Amino acid sequence: MTVEPFLFGFLIVMAVVIIRMRSLLAAAMLSGIFSLISAGLFVLMDAVDVAFTEAAVGAGISTVLFLGTLSLTPTQERQGKFRPLPLVAVIITGLVLLWGIADMPYYGDPSAPAHVYLAPEYIQGTAEHFHIPNIVTAVLGSYRGYDTFGETTVIFTAATGVLLLLAHRRQDEDELTSDPPDTGAEE
Amino acid sequence: MSKPNPMRMREMVVVREVSRILIPFILLFALYVQFHGDFGPGGGFQAGVIFAAGLVLYGLIHGLDALQRAVPPRLIEVLAAGGVMLYGGVGLVTIALGGQFLEYKVLDPHHGEHWGLLLIEGGVGITVTASMTAIFYAFAGRDTVQNQEKR
Repeated sequence: MTVEPFLFGFLIVMAVVIIRMRSLLAAAMLSGIFSLISAGLFVLMDAVDVAFTEAAVGAGISTVLFLGTLSLTPTQERQGKFRPLPLVAVIITGLVLLWGIADMPYYGDPSAPAHVYLAPEYIQGTAEHFHIPNIVTAVLGSYRGYDTFGETTVIFTAATGVLLLLAHRRQDEDELTSDPPDTGAEE
Repeated sequence: MSKPNPMRMREMVVVREVSRILIPFILLFALYVQFHGDFGPGGGFQAGVIFAAGLVLYGLIHGLDALQRAVPPRLIEVLAAGGVMLYGGVGLVTIALGGQFLEYKVLDPHHGEHWGLLLIEGGVGITVTASMTAIFYAFAGRDTVQNQEKR
């Protein structure tokens, strides 16, 4: 008896609860727990590095950012009018995705395309050319160093974008309103 | 979030003391993940987000001002760009030494691959830590609804 079915069950329950939740504060906390359970699943799949990231970013930093946003906005979701069209679109998309799953190889299937075509080359090549025990690092840094450079640039660009949007506007507000400088919004 | 009531979190003894014990280990674990990336799971990105999570935890407990005294926003902005430049710089150095972009083995005939990976992972780690912290600063530095209504 493995623990995976329970964790997947928890994920589904958590997703339904988050959707039904009107309190955005509780929804933000629950989405953090959702990420923590996902991190547990990644550990069970032997993807420890992905689990690190999910736990630190998904459960940690993004929950904090949600809470930071909620300190600026109302914390209750407004009760909107029920509209059937988005629901139909979501159900159709979900069914198409489920249909697509049928074509995917089983988890851990040794005859899956990823395992017969590229993975053996990486496993052999890393030992022959790079002499690094961790194949993931060799793939990210050596085989795909150019991609990783691009990803690092994307993260830098994201931070720059957030700073341009949020930090700059804060200064504008300070200039526009003639407040005494005790609002604590200094740089 | 920490701005309007910077005292409240700090006054919770359990939260304060547990975080005081945990934060050094979170930062140390981040450095382990960073420098052990060649051998075990992890690398620059994972180390960066763990380090940033440690900093964010410190900021949550002790307030944004205390964190910004330890890690000034100016330094964060320089580091975010510096990590990308370190990564790109390694690529340019390998070209200057006669190899291709990011062809690490021209750095050193025996350990070039290790040096190259160490440097680019360092660049990734620096940029990720700084970017995550910068985003936290941008969010946490905003005024609260209450403060805006006071105006």
